[in-house]
Amino acid sequence: MNYTERLSNVAVLGAAGKMGSGILLLTALEMADLSLKPENKGKAFVINAIDVSREALIGLMRYIRAQALKAAEKKSVQLRAAYADRADLIDNEEIIRQYVEDVLLTIHPSVNLEAAYQATLVFEAVKEDPEVKVKLLSQIDGNNPNKPWYFTNTSSIPISELDEKAGLGGRIIGFHFYNPPAVQKLVEVIKSRHTLPEVEEFAMQYAKNLRKVVVPSADFAGFIGNGHFMRDALHGIHEAEKLTGEVTLPEAIYMINKVSQEYLVRPMGIFQLIDYVGVDVCQYIMSVMNPYLKDEDLHSDFLDKLIGQGVKGGQYSDGSQKDGILKYEKGKPVGVYNPDTGNYMSFQELQAACDAKLGPFPTSLKPWKSVAFSGKADEIMKGIYDEMKGLDTLGARLAKAYARRSKEIGLQLVDAQVAFTEKDVNTVLLTGFFHAYGPINNYLD
Amino acid sequence: MKLRKKVYMVAGYNTISLGTGRKEFNPKKPRPGIDEYMKEAGQGVLKQIGGAKNVDESVVGNFIAARFNRQGNLAAFMPMIDPELRYKPAVRVEGACGSGALALATGIKSVLAETADVVLVIGVEVQNTVKAIYGADILAAAGWALDRKEGHAYYFPGKFSDRAKAYQAKFGHDKAREAMAQWYVNAIENARTCPTAQEYHNTTVDLFATGMTPPNPKGFVDSLNIFDCSKVSDGASGIAIVSEEGLKRVGIPKSQAIEVLGVGQAEEDLTKPPDDPTILATTREAVKKALESAGVIKEQLGTVECHDCFTIAGILAVEAIGFAPHGGGADFILQGHTKRNGKIPFNTTGGLVGWGHPTGGTGVHQAVTILEQLTGKAGDSQVPITSERPYGLTINMGGDDKSLVAIVFKKAE
Repeated sequence: MNYTERLSNVAVLGAAGKMGSGILLLTALEMADLSLKPENKGKAFVINAIDVSREALIGLMRYIRAQALKAAEKKSVQLRAAYADRADLIDNEEIIRQYVEDVLLTIHPSVNLEAAYQATLVFEAVKEDPEVKVKLLSQIDGNNPNKPWYFTNTSSIPISELDEKAGLGGRIIGFHFYNPPAVQKLVEVIKSRHTLPEVEEFAMQYAKNLRKVVVPSADFAGFIGNGHFMRDALHGIHEAEKLTGEVTLPEAIYMINKVSQEYLVRPMGIFQLIDYVGVDVCQYIMSVMNPYLKDEDLHSDFLDKLIGQGVKGGQYSDGSQKDGILKYEKGKPVGVYNPDTGNYMSFQELQAACDAKLGPFPTSLKPWKSVAFSGKADEIMKGIYDEMKGLDTLGARLAKAYARRSKEIGLQLVDAQVAFTEKDVNTVLLTGFFHAYGPINNYLD
Repeated sequence: MKLRKKVYMVAGYNTISLGTGRKEFNPKKPRPGIDEYMKEAGQGVLKQIGGAKNVDESVVGNFIAARFNRQGNLAAFMPMIDPELRYKPAVRVEGACGSGALALATGIKSVLAETADVVLVIGVEVQNTVKAIYGADILAAAGWALDRKEGHAYYFPGKFSDRAKAYQAKFGHDKAREAMAQWYVNAIENARTCPTAQEYHNTTVDLFATGMTPPNPKGFVDSLNIFDCSKVSDGASGIAIVSEEGLKRVGIPKSQAIEVLGVGQAEEDLTKPPDDPTILATTREAVKKALESAGVIKEQLGTVECHDCFTIAGILAVEAIGFAPHGGGADFILQGHTKRNGKIPFNTTGGLVGWGHPTGGTGVHQAVTILEQLTGKAGDSQVPITSERPYGLTINMGGDDKSLVAIVFKKAE
């Protein structure tokens, strides 16, 4: 079975979810492009969008239509060539509409798992729960005569465990997209102990066609991305808790969020990032990873408490941010949750006092955007850290400690052979988390 | 066109050319409609000529509002500009991107025919209503409809990319590429002197490097980069065409008027590709007619407004006028002769690449620029106009060298 045949009948589990919808979109576009090649004219391409919610599937189809339109507008030059044989399609507008229709025609929404029983390739993007995943994969594999290949989007569960428990015999690979899949360039690719070479070969071709940056990771719970992020988040939480000797918890959260965004020149502060991923998702990922770790407890009472109070973050179906540890207006944080009162305090109330405690803002700091897209981030960051080295303000001390910890986590991942190289760790943070610079650097040496 | 009596132009007015590059432009916010552009340009002229009571008739030049704005019957917007235009004659003319100068030619003919002493002319286009990829469909109507299917997704950039490719193959790839980049540099430098120009706010430091950006055939066309192309623009320009009597009626002294000395109008077969893609043959013909009817030679021209919808069209126009031999236009530009301090300044407010290209408005905008230059009112854009070279030339082109109007002007005496 060649690349095209492998992609002629696909199923996406959890297709209407945050990750599933992006995977579905990218795969449907890839399949539509294959179907337009002269040698594939007339062949059927089917992608089964499987999800538990009918409502969410309707929303999914709207999302796909809007995104396919954008994609078509961008590649009109190629589409004109692809539809050259269609005399009835003359204007760009007609060609673009036809392409969107062709993409939508490949997608078959379903709430039944049976829709995956004829698939040759199955993408799995359901809840991050090993039992659920194993159950679904075993059920499909037991009913599907095609011996399908499985791409799991798990961000934390060892692939070998899924492979062995579902009895897949190496027909599985970890193919971890970053959120949102349609935008983020990174995929982590993780082989199980038994992954077949042809599955890996196909995965690499598929990643290349989607123009993704591939970082291989060892098959260890959390891989590189969550291996770094979860520890980085715990550091932030612990630093905030430490500060509560001097300030209130909401003030401490505000300060650490500010330091981890503005002083470290990251796109989001650490508490905003936890909200973005979802407080409950973070808690859950830690709980999945924790049993595999020795001499380390990946767990936060603080997150447990928040979830107990119903503070979860995450996003609405239109992609806008829900309130979590922070409160949001038009996507920007404007307040911080106080677990003692159950209310949000506005940044305005605590900003002046907290900023004063952090000390004068380092003069060389620049917003993340102007560093990340400057083409000379390394040079700028060296200058920023050089200044911070000479500063003894609370803000600079917290920032330096944070950067050192972030680097330490990265090196630890290499030591433990989760990441194969230091560069791989930096690539994950640069492309998967949009950092302006890699955590493994010598800025503070 | 034989001018049997004196024809003048006065009271020019340009709106800004709105689109990407202007600080006011936000694609997500509502923008003025075509009626508002016409009103601004029309009233801008009327204020200078003593009001609409002095106007005998009006002409609107517009390419394709029917698709960009779902609007036809544009002549009927004239009474909206001023109630005193109610029940007066008005007509809309169309010749693709050459519509503006066709409107001027129509107004000139009314004066020559003595059916009017004062004609209000407006050229207008509002194109930012659709994304560029759909705008390309609309603008493709300037070519032959039966050629659309075979054409490029970006139809007109595709046509001029083909011309650039042929020119580069014949006369040297790198030299032509550099000349196109230099044309871009001159356009932006000139636009920066003109507050209504679309590139007025341009702050790029190394313009030549930007102009040298390699083409991206996968996303755009083979032989042009996006800086070689005029942008998508919304804008309108207005001017009054008057007879000797009309000039007295509107109360404008001759020192603030220009005289139309010669007009060259030429059409070519829309269904045929150019005989030689490295030559703008119809442009050459129109310019020849205009200069002959004016009794002027090219060496007497002090400034030129040419139709540089693409930088390559600028090079080809230099050759079509005869400033350089076939294949010598690139050198002529690289030697600096078309810069604002060069031998013959071209497109002193930026031309189509720099000032902007609201398609149906461009021909009128060119006349307004010449009016300002020859009467010493061009502000920061002013170039010296000497008694040895007192004439100005405009060239407005519709389609791929199909519908041409060239006009020779001189300050009125």
